[in-house]
Amino acid sequence: MGRYLLRRLLQLIPVFIGTTLIIYLLVWAIPGDPFAGKCGDRGCPPAYIAEMHEKYNLNDPLIVQYFKYLGKLLTGDFGETYAGIQISTLIQNAYPTTIKLAVVALVIEGIIGLAAGILTGLRGRGFLDNLVLVSTLFLISLPVFVTGFVLQITLGSELGIIKPTVSANPSIGELIVPGFVLGSLSMAYVARLTRTAMMENRHADFVRTAVAKGLEPKRVVGVHLLRNSLIPVITFLGTDLGTLMGGAIVTEGVFNIHGIGGLVFKSILTKEGATVTGIVTLLVLVYLLMNLLVDILYAVLDPRIRYD
Amino acid sequence: MRKGRLAAMVAAPLAVAMIATGCGGGGSGSGDDGIVTLDWGEPENPLVPANTTEENGGFVINALFTGLVDYRASDLKVENAVADSIESTDHQNYTIKLKPGWTFHDGTPVKAKNFVDAWNYNAYGPNGLQGASFFEQIDGYDQMQSEDPDGKDGPQQAPPPAAKELSGLKVVDDNTFTVRLKAPFTIFPVVLGYSAYMPLPDSFFKDPKAFEEHPIGNGPFKFESRVPNQELNVTAYENYAGANKPAIKGAKFKVYEQLDSAYQDLTAGNLDFLRAIPVSALIGDKWKQDLGEHAHQKPGLLTQTLGFPLYDPKFKNPLLRKAISMSIDRKTITQQVFAGGRDPADGFATAAVDGYRPNQCGEACEFNPEKAKQYLQQAGGFQGVLTVETNGDGGHNEWVQAVAASIKQNLGIETQFVPTPTFGEFRQKANGYKFSGLFRTGWKADYPNIETFLTQLYRTNASSNDYKYSNPAFDAALDKANAAPTIEAATAAYADAEKLLADDLPLIPLWTQPVQYGFSERIAEGEVKAYRELDLTTVRLKQ
Repeated sequence: MGRYLLRRLLQLIPVFIGTTLIIYLLVWAIPGDPFAGKCGDRGCPPAYIAEMHEKYNLNDPLIVQYFKYLGKLLTGDFGETYAGIQISTLIQNAYPTTIKLAVVALVIEGIIGLAAGILTGLRGRGFLDNLVLVSTLFLISLPVFVTGFVLQITLGSELGIIKPTVSANPSIGELIVPGFVLGSLSMAYVARLTRTAMMENRHADFVRTAVAKGLEPKRVVGVHLLRNSLIPVITFLGTDLGTLMGGAIVTEGVFNIHGIGGLVFKSILTKEGATVTGIVTLLVLVYLLMNLLVDILYAVLDPRIRYD
Repeated sequence: MRKGRLAAMVAAPLAVAMIATGCGGGGSGSGDDGIVTLDWGEPENPLVPANTTEENGGFVINALFTGLVDYRASDLKVENAVADSIESTDHQNYTIKLKPGWTFHDGTPVKAKNFVDAWNYNAYGPNGLQGASFFEQIDGYDQMQSEDPDGKDGPQQAPPPAAKELSGLKVVDDNTFTVRLKAPFTIFPVVLGYSAYMPLPDSFFKDPKAFEEHPIGNGPFKFESRVPNQELNVTAYENYAGANKPAIKGAKFKVYEQLDSAYQDLTAGNLDFLRAIPVSALIGDKWKQDLGEHAHQKPGLLTQTLGFPLYDPKFKNPLLRKAISMSIDRKTITQQVFAGGRDPADGFATAAVDGYRPNQCGEACEFNPEKAKQYLQQAGGFQGVLTVETNGDGGHNEWVQAVAASIKQNLGIETQFVPTPTFGEFRQKANGYKFSGLFRTGWKADYPNIETFLTQLYRTNASSNDYKYSNPAFDAALDKANAAPTIEAATAAYADAEKLLADDLPLIPLWTQPVQYGFSERIAEGEVKAYRELDLTTVRLKQ
């Protein structure tokens, strides 16, 4: 296991360099001078454009620019935006909110999704099963912005139970509705995944053996059935956390949460290359670490899986 | 029973969320602390006055700084602010006297030298400020710029310019300085309220970087704190020397990603001022029902136009240009695409500027498909496909497509909608004169005089004359207006010059954007300037 971990961690280095290089090239190789449109229809003075080119090393060949950027990045300097703001400050402001939101969403989708999946998986056909199947179908078919706006308008503007948008530094309570919106789609998938796995395993040999041995039903379900059924669900939840970190653009927009998703989106639109590269680099790291965590959890859940 | 189950299915996830947030509590806004919350966006540049040419930065700059003159919020009339008097006998040499007693937020007095130093710094090419070109009328501006000898992509650097200071500026004493312009410019005092002309404290020149992080102005509000991408706070400046002392304690500029979210906050009382209304709320005048007496509308300072590449021989004939313009059904498009959020244009300026005259465009801006076809025939028809180009990233696609369809339908010529991915690429095409068909243009006034809609856009070789329009008679008319004896006479003369454009039609005026804004229940009164900016000194809260 130790060697496996080390190997996985070493693999992060080439992946890190590769992704930042690709992102950097993609961002800066977009045709069109990022400063040509900066001053609106009036046009920027040439001196301004020259000054900005100098500041962002745009006069160098692309690959030289990249290594200059990487050199700074390794010393912890993410650079600054065109508005002169440290990108590390932007990330520091946005990341805690994003992590909070992603965890809230993950907890909501985990609790509700697993509970619904386990209940229906054990009971089988019936009213509850139909209820979960239809409501998950409903959630899957709704685009996120619809769920978001409907909840925002009904709970926020009409009923006044929540504020329509969250504050700059939101508490967990404020993030529950946005977290629900963000997690709703995955919640439906978790419920269905769990239900299917439970149903399949309910008739598996090892469950029959456990029942035949005369184990308590609680133990049969909790240890034998659930543990084996959770493997696909854990994979899903693990990669989902990565998606939640970077992909919350719509939800963040609706509830005016200043997180990572919106920041990347805006930076792409305004061609803030340095910001995009910096954040995507961090997102890549999150993905890699989550994948590693999921792989380790496999071995815990199913001792037959070994990595050495 | 069936109905009950369906309701249960919908309600189940909702109920969970509601129980969970039980403590969320209704929107209490910012309470009775005297702080007003405004919708805002992240500025594009550091908050240095002459480097701020866009709306979000300008909003804050105008709260933090007061210039020589101020534009009255209700009608944009020019009033002296820091200036005691701005005098000239020949409209080329101005003597500007300051009122004593003004101070910067760090306590240092506002002297004539603060203006002169700031202007010199702003105009100096190598400082690379976006607003540098606002000083081009002052004597000595050209000596402060330098050109790269081998072009932008060459290896050589531009040499340092010949001069570091504008030769046209002289400090006489602490409260007086003189300005010499290159040529007479009667409305120069009107221009001086623009953010590029604000004074800068001595501390700026010592450490511009520190200033960017904590701007120090001389305006009614002082900078307090800022969290990038989230909010910026200002508080009332107790030693403010202007007559328009703020009645509120401060303001919070809050960054919103989506206009719709800000609108929800406004209706829930979480936000006090929203400077634009989302299209979703304009439909069926929903916003007027939602906001009641707090919904306001007045003429704005933004125009939307389509330019002709006059450098392309295809578009040489003015009759053809007129025919295309007359085939566009402006009224229907503003209703259908913008839900009535735009006013069809009847000239080249908007109704909010000094010097506006109704119907300056005349017949050319009227929708008349019959006559349009007739003019097209007289012009000898149009060969090939008429392309209509826009940048795809600015939210313009819908109306440009509608205009292209309108031309096709009413004029019977083939049109094609051509989006360019980004505004940057679009501007490069414009700067390189590479359009082959109609292209999207627009203009936002910098100061409330009709001149702002004319000189930069249509004068021969002007900086934003993307059409390569050149008419000696129009240039002469501008010269005459520039040298007119009074501001009133100059303004009238500009309007006369505007009339000449209607015959040549270098571009098609489409519509102007009115300012539509909303207040929360807390605001008793407040004036919004025609450039969508709430004048914070006019805000009064309900007791």
